Amino acid sequence: MNYKELFPIFENNEELVYLDTAATSQKPKSVLEAVWNYNVNHNANPNRGGYKLGIKSTNLFLEGKKKVADFINAQSGEIIFTKGTTESLNLLAYSYGLNELREGDEILVGISSHHSNLVPWQEVAKKLGCKLKYIDLKADGDLDLEDLSEKLNGNTKLVTISHGVNATGVIHPIKDLVSLVREKTEAKVILDAAQTISHIKIDVKELDIDFLVFSGHKMFGPMGIGGLYVRKEIIEKMKPFLFGGDMIEFVERKGSTYRTDFQKFEGGTQNVEGVVGLSAAIDFIEEIGLENIRSYEGEILNYAIEKLKDLEGVKLYCEEAPHKTPVIAFNIEGVHPHDVAQVLDLQNIAIRTGHHCTQPLMKYLEIPSCCRASFSIYNTFDDIDKLVEGLEKVNSYFR
Amino acid sequence: MDLDKIYTEVIMDHNKSGHNKRELENPDYTERGHNPNCGDDFTIQLKIEGNKIVDGGFVGVGCAISTASASILFDLIIGRDIEDGKRIVDNFLKMIKQEKISEDDKEELEDAGLLENISNMPGRVKCATLAWNGVKVILEKL
Repeated sequence: MNYKELFPIFENNEELVYLDTAATSQKPKSVLEAVWNYNVNHNANPNRGGYKLGIKSTNLFLEGKKKVADFINAQSGEIIFTKGTTESLNLLAYSYGLNELREGDEILVGISSHHSNLVPWQEVAKKLGCKLKYIDLKADGDLDLEDLSEKLNGNTKLVTISHGVNATGVIHPIKDLVSLVREKTEAKVILDAAQTISHIKIDVKELDIDFLVFSGHKMFGPMGIGGLYVRKEIIEKMKPFLFGGDMIEFVERKGSTYRTDFQKFEGGTQNVEGVVGLSAAIDFIEEIGLENIRSYEGEILNYAIEKLKDLEGVKLYCEEAPHKTPVIAFNIEGVHPHDVAQVLDLQNIAIRTGHHCTQPLMKYLEIPSCCRASFSIYNTFDDIDKLVEGLEKVNSYFR
Repeated sequence: MDLDKIYTEVIMDHNKSGHNKRELENPDYTERGHNPNCGDDFTIQLKIEGNKIVDGGFVGVGCAISTASASILFDLIIGRDIEDGKRIVDNFLKMIKQEKISEDDKEELEDAGLLENISNMPGRVKCATLAWNGVKVILEKL
C-alpha cells in the first residue's frame, strides 16, 4: 500500500521529505474532505439553533464525541473537547489541580515530560504549596519504576506522565506504573498520549488511568482540536474554568448555576469542523488499522536506526529502549543540530531540532539540544535513504 | 539558497576558530542570551574601563551562525568606545531586520556585513543576533 498517495501535501510538494510527524502529522484527503463537506453542507452553531442545520451540526459534534470515546474505550460523557493537549492539561491544572490538591500534597512528574505536562503543575505546586517531584529515567531512556516506587507515598496525589516521549520516542510502561501507583497511593494518574495515540491502541479502562490528553493534529486530524478524557466520577468534582455559553444552567442577576456533567467545560461555540475532521482521522486510522500502522512504522524506524548507526559522527539517543514511537533522536558530533537541520532543509528534508519542549530531559541527557527525525505511514524507505544522504552532506561540509 | 551563501568561508572560519569564545577572568558585565527554540544559550561578558570596551567574550552553546556571529561581534567592539559599540550593534540589528543603513555604517560592520544574507532566513535571525542582543542589553545599561 502506498500510503503517501493518500496525503495531498506530497502532491503539492513533490520533493518534500517530511520527518516531523511528532510535531504535527500531515492530513489525509479524507480528513480534508470531511472538513470541507461539513462547511459546505452543514455549518451552523451547535446546541443553539432549533432549525435543521443547527441540529445537524449538533449531531455531528455528538457523533464525533462518541467516536473519540469508542476509540479509547471511554463513554461519551467522559470526553471533553479542547484545543489540544496543552489546553487539556491546563484545564486539568485549573479545574482539578487547583481545587482538589492541598498544601503539602505531592505531584510526581516524569522528567521526560513535555513542558505542557510540567509547567502547569509547577504553577499549581507554587500556588498551593505542593511538592513537585520528578521521576528519573533508566539508561535506555525508559521510566525508572524503582525510582517511582521510592518517591510514591501517602502524600502523592497526582502522577502525570508522557506516554511516548516527545524528544526520544521512548514509550513508558504505563500499565506497570499505574499498578504501582494504585498499590501504594490514592493518587490520580494523568496520561499524555499526544505522541502515542496515532501509533498504538489506547484503552483507558485497560490502562486504568484517570485522565488522558491528546491532540487531533498529531493523529492526522486538524489543528485546534483535541481531547481530554476524565474518569466519570471525577468529572463531578471538577469545577468549570471557562464561564459562559453552553456551560450555563440558570443565570440570575446575583449569580449563576452551571451544568454538572462534562458540558460544564463546553462554554462557547464548539469547534465542530475540528471534531468532524478528528472523526474522519479516527476513521482513517481504523481503516488502515493501528496494528498495520505500528508494524509499517516499526520497519521504517528499524531501517533508519540501522542506517544512522553506521554513519560517521552520529550519536543516537535512547534507540535501545524496548518500546518506541517512530522517533529517532540524534546528534552529529561537533555539529550543532540547527546547522544539521539547515543543511537538510536545503535538500527539502524537514526534521526538528532544539530541545523539543523537554528542557529538563535535555539536561538529564546532558545535551543542550538534539535533532529529531520522526516518521509516519507516509514515509518511505527512500525518505530514510535521502536523510542518510543529507547527513552525509552535513558531515562532508562541517566535519 | 545555496549552502555556501549561508555558511560562507568567514562564518565557517569564525565558527571553527571561535577565538572570542572564552570566559573572562573578572568581567564587569554578564548577560545570558537564550534562544528557546533551538536551545542556544550564550553568556556574554564585557570588561569596561571608563568609556571603553576593553575586553569581551562569550561562553555557551550555539550553532555555527550564532557562534560565528558572536565571534565577529567581539572582534568589532573590543577596544572601541561605548558609543561606537552601541552604534555598531544597532546598525547590525537594523541590517538583519532588513532596515536601511548607510554605506558608511555597512562598511564599519566589516565581516558582520557578510551576515546580511541571514536577514532573508527568518529561522536563523535569532541565531545571528543572539550575542548582539546580549551586548545591546549591557551597553544600554551603561
